[in-house]
Amino acid sequence: MKAAVIVFPGSNCDRDLAVAFEQAGADVTMVWHKDTALPEGIDMVGVPGGFSFGDYLRCGAIAANSPICQSLIKHAERGGYALGVCNGFQILTETGLLPGALRRNAGLKYICRTVGLEVASADTAFTSGYSKGDVVNVPIAHHDGNYFVTDEKLAQLRDEDRIAFTYTDNPNGSVADIAGVVSKNRRVLGMMPHPERAADTGHGGTDGVAMFRALMDQFATA
Amino acid sequence: MKARVYVMLKNGVLDPQGEAVRHALGSLGFDGVEGVRQGKVIELDLAEGSTEATVTEMCEKLLANTVIESYRVEMG
Repeated sequence: MKAAVIVFPGSNCDRDLAVAFEQAGADVTMVWHKDTALPEGIDMVGVPGGFSFGDYLRCGAIAANSPICQSLIKHAERGGYALGVCNGFQILTETGLLPGALRRNAGLKYICRTVGLEVASADTAFTSGYSKGDVVNVPIAHHDGNYFVTDEKLAQLRDEDRIAFTYTDNPNGSVADIAGVVSKNRRVLGMMPHPERAADTGHGGTDGVAMFRALMDQFATA
Repeated sequence: MKARVYVMLKNGVLDPQGEAVRHALGSLGFDGVEGVRQGKVIELDLAEGSTEATVTEMCEKLLANTVIESYRVEMG
């Protein structure tokens, strides 16, 4: 698998995400936000966590309009894969590649701790290493992770089995406990929790490893 | 010329910050505050001849996230 990880001013999980991809066996290229094109032959684009552009205007709003994101949108429209974590999820909703929006946490506090996630769908390239109903422990670290979609869109997400992860104990007020959703073609995943921070014994947990391994398997068999 | 853009969370979208302000006003003894919604105002300094249609396009593309926010444009 050839992966690119986008770096924005204010990204701070870009290297963690790159290491998680590399440890699973991927070739990783870091890509600067001002670049206008992704490198040739990229299978997967990682959109990392952090505080791109200082969260000015809205989390992810400025990043979503950066030059590289035009290439990211084209990559996704061609059927390419993308994984957005935390600020990366916010950016993917701002680009319109994923539905909904992330609001300020209901309790108004920045929350940084490990939470339980239920695998709501194992039918994606990202979650095929888990079974539906599995509970995994993955850290969250966000101020604006309160996922919002309209009732109508929520019904659609449920009908299309596009909710990838839900919180076992909703920390931020997200609609329907949603922690992560996939695109209609199931190749773009956005999630607030950080699987790349649960990818090494040194992190205190390795429940995220199965995601990166499953992605590698996807491309090994493709 | 100037334009002013008011961005608010849509009705029906919970505004936790507005709720916190409402509680704080209650603690200060201001009774009867039944709701608070917090938004933002963006002032644009524009070249003469800029149109409201352009500012609306700016809102749609960047200044507001129309999934959760509504906006209003005031020209001049």
